[in-house]
Amino acid sequence: MDRAEKQALAWSIGILVLFMAAIVAAISGWGITVPDCITDVEPFEEGQLIQHDDLHYELQMVAHMWYFNPGQIELPVGATLDIYLTSADVVHGLHIDKTDINMMAIPGQISYLRVKFDEPGTYHFLCHEYCGIAHHTMAGSIVVKSPEEFQPEDMGADEALNGAAGETEEELGNES
Amino acid sequence: MKVDKSLKNLTLWLLFIPTVLLILGVLDGLLQVLFRAGWIQNTEALGIEYYQGLTLHGVINAIVFTTFFAVAFGNALIWYALKKPINLKVAWLSFWLMVIGVVFAAYAMLTGQASVLYTFYPPMKAHPLFYLGLALAVVGSWVAFWNWIPVYLQWRRENPGQKTPLAVVGIFATFIVWQIATIPVAVEVLFMLFPWSMGWTDSVNVMLARTLFWFFGHPLVYFWLLPAYVMYYTMLPKLTGGKLYSDWAGRLVFMLFIVFSIPVGTHHQYADPGIGSEWKFLHAVFTFAVALPSLITAFTIAASLEYAGRKNGATGTFGWMAKLPWFDTNRWLVPYLLVGLIIFIFGGISGIVNASYNLNLLVHNTSWIPGHFHLTVAGPVFLAFLGMSLYMVSKMTGKPVQLKGFATIVPYLWMIGLFTFSTGMMRGGLHGEPRRTNLGLTYLNPDSPFYRPEWEPYVIITAIGGILMFTAVTIYFITFFATFFSSAKEEAKLEFPLSEAYHEGPVKALANFKPWVTIAVVLIVLSYIPVIYDVLRSTTRSAPPYDPHNPAPLVQEEEEYYDEDFEEEEFEDEESAVIGEDEATNTEESATESSSDETQQTGAE
Ligand code: HEM
Ligand SMILES: [Cu+2]
Ligand SMILES: [Cu+2]
Repeated sequence: MDRAEKQALAWSIGILVLFMAAIVAAISGWGITVPDCITDVEPFEEGQLIQHDDLHYELQMVAHMWYFNPGQIELPVGATLDIYLTSADVVHGLHIDKTDINMMAIPGQISYLRVKFDEPGTYHFLCHEYCGIAHHTMAGSIVVKSPEEFQPEDMGADEALNGAAGETEEELGNES
Repeated sequence: MKVDKSLKNLTLWLLFIPTVLLILGVLDGLLQVLFRAGWIQNTEALGIEYYQGLTLHGVINAIVFTTFFAVAFGNALIWYALKKPINLKVAWLSFWLMVIGVVFAAYAMLTGQASVLYTFYPPMKAHPLFYLGLALAVVGSWVAFWNWIPVYLQWRRENPGQKTPLAVVGIFATFIVWQIATIPVAVEVLFMLFPWSMGWTDSVNVMLARTLFWFFGHPLVYFWLLPAYVMYYTMLPKLTGGKLYSDWAGRLVFMLFIVFSIPVGTHHQYADPGIGSEWKFLHAVFTFAVALPSLITAFTIAASLEYAGRKNGATGTFGWMAKLPWFDTNRWLVPYLLVGLIIFIFGGISGIVNASYNLNLLVHNTSWIPGHFHLTVAGPVFLAFLGMSLYMVSKMTGKPVQLKGFATIVPYLWMIGLFTFSTGMMRGGLHGEPRRTNLGLTYLNPDSPFYRPEWEPYVIITAIGGILMFTAVTIYFITFFATFFSSAKEEAKLEFPLSEAYHEGPVKALANFKPWVTIAVVLIVLSYIPVIYDVLRSTTRSAPPYDPHNPAPLVQEEEEYYDEDFEEEEFEDEESAVIGEDEATNTEESATESSSDETQQTGAE
């Protein structure tokens, strides 16, 4: 190895180490992480949105050929959403615009990511894995509303909400 | 060196067949950009359905064309570099296995019975001949490789203490990676998907199949790239009038690829469930390690080109760049390699973005990804393979290249088109534009409720780029077939422009594949055991087969869930808690209805 080669090698390794350090900083500093291996969540077959408290929601999302269940979701600004995703049939994907949510829906698997909605507005989501002939029709949206506009009582009985939350709180506890 | 007649025929067939198929492959590419821009608003064009065309595009361009080329190149290069004949009977056997395999897979794809894309993720099911065909093609390429091993070993015995020619090291590295990496996908296809598609088994573990696919899928990209690296290291220096800067670096690079190409596959699965994030991180670290040999290559090749430029009279720091034979029509092969290198700078940088673990969530499965990999496989790899195919046809038949001017401009036009195309795809991807999607029907259709006007500029840029790429490759086809069908004017030769080295350097540790293959196997085992373990323990059910045209499974599953009344009740209760249920879109509602119909049907059975 001559001097130039040694320098080039040092630079190359240096750059790669720097990039790796940036990734580690993003994981530990900002908590941006990728879906993990989940073994302790009960498989579910119906999609639903569960409210745990004012600003903490849980979404159990089921991808089907060719729709998401649920396909339309409303949340208040500042809500934290725990997303559990699975597929009822083939492989699908879920990408929520303007967020870091990008995950795969796989039959026999449950995928989990958490997201917080700080800005009001419409967040489109869509399936980004080919899932058959009508794949391009598989989309939905999350509407994030300011506290004044957001009226959860329109959308379901309060007791039911609390009941569901009580049931699943345990699951959440197990997981961490 | 005189060319053996049978080798010549074999090589011509191995190059002619994929080039003809490529016409269909790139035509599909053209249609895709038009569909995606919404300029074709239909499920099909020219009788090819979008996803059927995308399957053909991926399989032909990325699997058939590349594998046929690599085998043709390896057969001829081993023979030439070692000055020893290969066993032609075995070589023809490998050819026939590959051809029969392609015929099987083509039948399944062209009849619309295998619109599952080149990744064929279950539980979407293709015609059994699709799986069988791909398996035969891969086995054919194995046979070609096995055929070179005795030639190499004999050469080593006859030339003790001599360095193996670098070109041979490179080709062997390519096929060692291929041999190891195709085993998991062979297991997936032969033991999981084929019996399942025949109806002998009812269901597959989808996550396991995916993981086995990507166990193979990343090394696949090195199988594409390494033959191009062989040309960069062993031919480009000579073609530009210089020498390889460091022979030692070349050997090290090929060995590092053997070590690090394979234990990295889950970087394609960062967004998947079922694999512990710590193992994904380990694969990310190895992926950064496999970037190292490419960075060394960037240095070594640039240094070799600088040496060539200075020998041609260049002065100053950057003067050597101007002194390279960019537009010399008598050295028309040079731009196929040089332009590929320029493209690869951007392919490499975008690849590091993809590899970056959590950053990958920004780009996964968006159009950024095809934007990226057209800068690798449809950039340096594709151009090197096109150029070398033309070179081999011309040399082995003694037919001078026709329309050399055309041949010379193809890489430039391709680069302009490709950069435009990738700009559109990658920018769109950052704004959430998905890949593998017939966008024109919904997201780029102003009449659709899903219309996303913010993607308009990106799909238009992409389409312009795609049209330019298609034009460039059409010009290539004209020169290729004009040369192929012209008459011989020179002596037919088996010849490659192999370079000398400027620095030789120590090679002791790099003289044998064995230690490197051993390290590779150890890393593969260590990095994949925990991954497979996670996949198995997190899978709750396996899946029956599905036809891409129909949401109902092809095999009805036994009713295993909610057979107890108690559970049924609980399920009802939860339903009332669903927020915004009545606000579901029409499509969703009708879809939900039809799916509950199905449940009733299965219940009745
Ligand atoms: C005229 C030239 C080409 C054009 C216009 C083109 C265009 C495209 C487009 C638009 C896509 C994405 C489609 C989608 O995700 O919905 C795509 C995918 C792809 N292209 Fe190309 N392409 C061209 C040439 C090539 C070449 C030469 C290769 C390889 C040697 C190649 C390999 C691939 C692969 C592997 C995919 C991914 C298929 C999949 O997602 O299943 N393309 N191409
Ligand atoms: Cu889909
Ligand atoms: Cu990869």
